[in-house]
Amino acid sequence: MTGMDVKNTPSYLYWLFCQFELITCSYLMEPWEKVLFYSFNLAMLGLLLYTAYVCVAFHASSAFQLLCSFLGNPRGNALSVLK
Amino acid sequence: MANPSAVCNGHLHHHHHHQKQNNLLKCGLSKKNGITKGMKKNGVSNGTPYKKTFIEHFEQAPMYVAVFTFVGFAVGTIFGYLRDFMRAWGLEKRNIATERAQQKDFVPLYQDFENFYTRNLYLRIRDNWNRPICSVPGPQFDLMERVTDDYNWTFRFTGRTIKNVINMGSYNYLGFAETDVNALKTVTIELEKYGTGVCSTRQEMGTLDKHVELEKLVATFLGVEDAMVFGMGFATNSMNIPALVGKGCLILSDELNHTSLVLGARLSGATIRIFKHNNMQSLEKLLRDAIIYGQPRTHRAWRKIIILVEGIYSMEGSIVRLPEIVSLKNKYKAYLYLDEAHSIGAVGATGRGVVEYFGMSPDDIDVLMGTFTKSFGAAGGYIAGKKGLVDFLRTHSHSAVYATSMCPPVAEQIIRAMKCLMGLDGTTQGLQRVRQLEKNTRYFRRKLHEMGFIIYGNDDSPVVPLLLYMPGKIGAFARRMLERNIGVVVVGFPATPITESRARFCVSAAHTREMLDTVLNALDELGDFLHLKYSRYSKSAHPELYEESRLELED
Repeated sequence: MTGMDVKNTPSYLYWLFCQFELITCSYLMEPWEKVLFYSFNLAMLGLLLYTAYVCVAFHASSAFQLLCSFLGNPRGNALSVLK
Repeated sequence: MANPSAVCNGHLHHHHHHQKQNNLLKCGLSKKNGITKGMKKNGVSNGTPYKKTFIEHFEQAPMYVAVFTFVGFAVGTIFGYLRDFMRAWGLEKRNIATERAQQKDFVPLYQDFENFYTRNLYLRIRDNWNRPICSVPGPQFDLMERVTDDYNWTFRFTGRTIKNVINMGSYNYLGFAETDVNALKTVTIELEKYGTGVCSTRQEMGTLDKHVELEKLVATFLGVEDAMVFGMGFATNSMNIPALVGKGCLILSDELNHTSLVLGARLSGATIRIFKHNNMQSLEKLLRDAIIYGQPRTHRAWRKIIILVEGIYSMEGSIVRLPEIVSLKNKYKAYLYLDEAHSIGAVGATGRGVVEYFGMSPDDIDVLMGTFTKSFGAAGGYIAGKKGLVDFLRTHSHSAVYATSMCPPVAEQIIRAMKCLMGLDGTTQGLQRVRQLEKNTRYFRRKLHEMGFIIYGNDDSPVVPLLLYMPGKIGAFARRMLERNIGVVVVGFPATPITESRARFCVSAAHTREMLDTVLNALDELGDFLHLKYSRYSKSAHPELYEESRLELED
């Protein structure tokens, strides 16, 4: 297809950004509306990442502790639990 | 010729053959010299076969497209509410119509959703409509350049004109909108003889010899007994349907009929029932119910049952299923009103509309209506049929009694265009135009299918809707096409369903291959940039349409 660049180049990212703009109608907004919209989106995204970070970290550490407790026990018990 | 239906049933060649074999076995069709004959699968009772293939596409886009469209509308709506809030609380200047302070205790005038949509979504992309042109709307035209300083609330003209914009929006199917002096010779003569105004209605002193000549010519062209012409195409529908039907009659109208038909039907006072677009099962069910149950409370028989359909539907590009409708109407004793606004001159082997396209006789149709605006480069409409019908309309139509008659130069333009089409001026130019239109239509549609756009409508219809779906893309598409010097018409809600906004191209016989190629290249680039190529050649949204359209010619 003509006009399509190789992935991971700046023009591909720009194209993705244009698609985002078109899909969410931010292409039609006045500049101050765009600022409002993007800052809201970035804030939501930041919140999502922070939640993921906290949640995943906690979950991973608790899962690791559970695993350690299994391996510490006698072998018979461990096999029955692991099955 | 490559089999055009290969695009609508899967892009693998062997899959196509496999499907076709199944179809042949299921229908019990026999093939003779490559022409399939036989009963149609979903069985209209009289089983009128189509004499040529009837291929229509109504492909549904992938699910993510619908999701993104709703996301776009949701964001637009939220910002609409935000802006309305700011306007109501005075944080932003109000440019819209508001009520005066003295009216604040009255019932509010400006609060429905339609207005919300106009204020907050339509206004942002308003610069793509109502663009003034300043030349003849031929295959190329000149636009007045227009800029806005306050985001489409007001416009001002810079004074420049954008020259030679390729015209893909005008209904100029046969290219008769031209300024060539030789072509307009007779029109100029008549203009100098009669002047421009008629200053009277048809029934008083407004019937000129030009009108009589034109009506005879229209009747000969269509192959009917008599015809009557009116000054305005919209008024032909809305003023004549009330004269033909009244209270106690039943109107069965297609879902996607034009506003003029809807207005005429409502003005008449008859009961209106809608059947699904081009869906013969729905129509038959309504006819049966009408005959079995009669009028609502008294259960008497309906005085008249009339079916309103169009030849080509301008928003979908689909062609009416005329053979089936005629067989239904003959079986259930109903009348048929066919509005050929877009199809007269544009389809058919010699440009005589859908009646000729399906190889039927004009006697099958009770009221033939059409307009001269689209294919003849003039203005006005006609109603044709049996002499009794036309004589009745001459005395009883609102348009005949009260509306000013068609002005003579316009009548002469129609006469010369029709004579050209019929070959009466001694050349084959008319037939060449029809052939050129057919070639252009097929080429344009084929190329768009190959590129991967979703196109609606019949393969032979010169109206080509290209689906855009998302509201953000409507504005982007129209603006970028204008930057490339191509003028297109984009349509959104409320003229189309809210999720199916589209760009509508009208192919013309006056377009050269180079112009079409320019447009197609621009569409290719823009399709990649805006990501518009959604087609997967998958099964369409209307399964019965898809199934019936599978009778194909073997090449």
